[in-house]
Amino acid sequence: MTFSLTNLANPTRFLNFAGAVIPWLAVLTAILLGVGLYQAFFVAPADYQQGETVRIMYIHVPAAWVGMGCYVVIAIAALGTLIWRHPLADVAAKAAAPIGATFTFVILVTGSLWGKPMWGTYWVWDARLTSLLVLFLLYLGLIALWQAIEEPGRAGRAAAILALVGAVNLPIIKFSVDWWNTLHQPSSVLRADGPTIDSALLTPLFVMGGAFLALFVLLHLIAMRAEILRRRVRVLQQTQVAQAARA
Amino acid sequence: MLGLGPHASFIIAAYAVAFAALGVLTVATLADDRKQRRLLADLERRGITRRSAAKPRPAATSTVTRTAS
Repeated sequence: MTFSLTNLANPTRFLNFAGAVIPWLAVLTAILLGVGLYQAFFVAPADYQQGETVRIMYIHVPAAWVGMGCYVVIAIAALGTLIWRHPLADVAAKAAAPIGATFTFVILVTGSLWGKPMWGTYWVWDARLTSLLVLFLLYLGLIALWQAIEEPGRAGRAAAILALVGAVNLPIIKFSVDWWNTLHQPSSVLRADGPTIDSALLTPLFVMGGAFLALFVLLHLIAMRAEILRRRVRVLQQTQVAQAARA
Repeated sequence: MLGLGPHASFIIAAYAVAFAALGVLTVATLADDRKQRRLLADLERRGITRRSAAKPRPAATSTVTRTAS
């Protein structure tokens, strides 16, 4: 069978694909996490300004990439729900929201713990930190919306609209450090003129980035599989109730 | 790693919170997946199946009749 994305539009084919890929992704995630943590603590040097606290960067920055990237996945899935009515689009969006919320929680907490020794404060209401808090609240709002509406189709469409409205926050987060004066440093990795970080620090950062990305894809596939099965269980339970009513 | 310096508690706390949060997420995701598979298997064991799973495909050429097993 030749692989294509349209093949995966069928939930049963997706379940087969996920079942084959998940074990390999779990191994890849474990290897990347192991190598990344070893490099972060035993290979990467301390920063000349920040000292050892720079090691927080190896979880804070990858969490930021995944936390924001996850919302991009949800926004694309929202388009899939509203425009193309892709059968797996709102499954993908619903499954991604708790993962994105957790990674964004990690961004906020590790950022605070990095900020205290570097800035002298855990929190400041500047544009970068506040827009990230808004992202976290958006994730919680999406999760609440899915919980509040019982019928998956209606919940998916309502959540898709909220997700697309919330997508305006993504460029605000990215460019907040350029548009406003913030305590947060400007971008130093994803820049048009290339990273400004030395390769000794950049390599472990990319390995941890790969580890967090692999973990995200792994958890997303498992959560999507669970969501597809939840919908099948729901249909079968309704069938069971209907059969009992007829008997 | 020779030592984490004067701010070791912040570094350790950051890693501890991050991995605790991601650990809880992983366990919760796996538990939900397992729960849904168990529920579906339980329903199918009681003979409640999806129409697409219950009906034989029209293109099938086999003359053997499937029985619930």
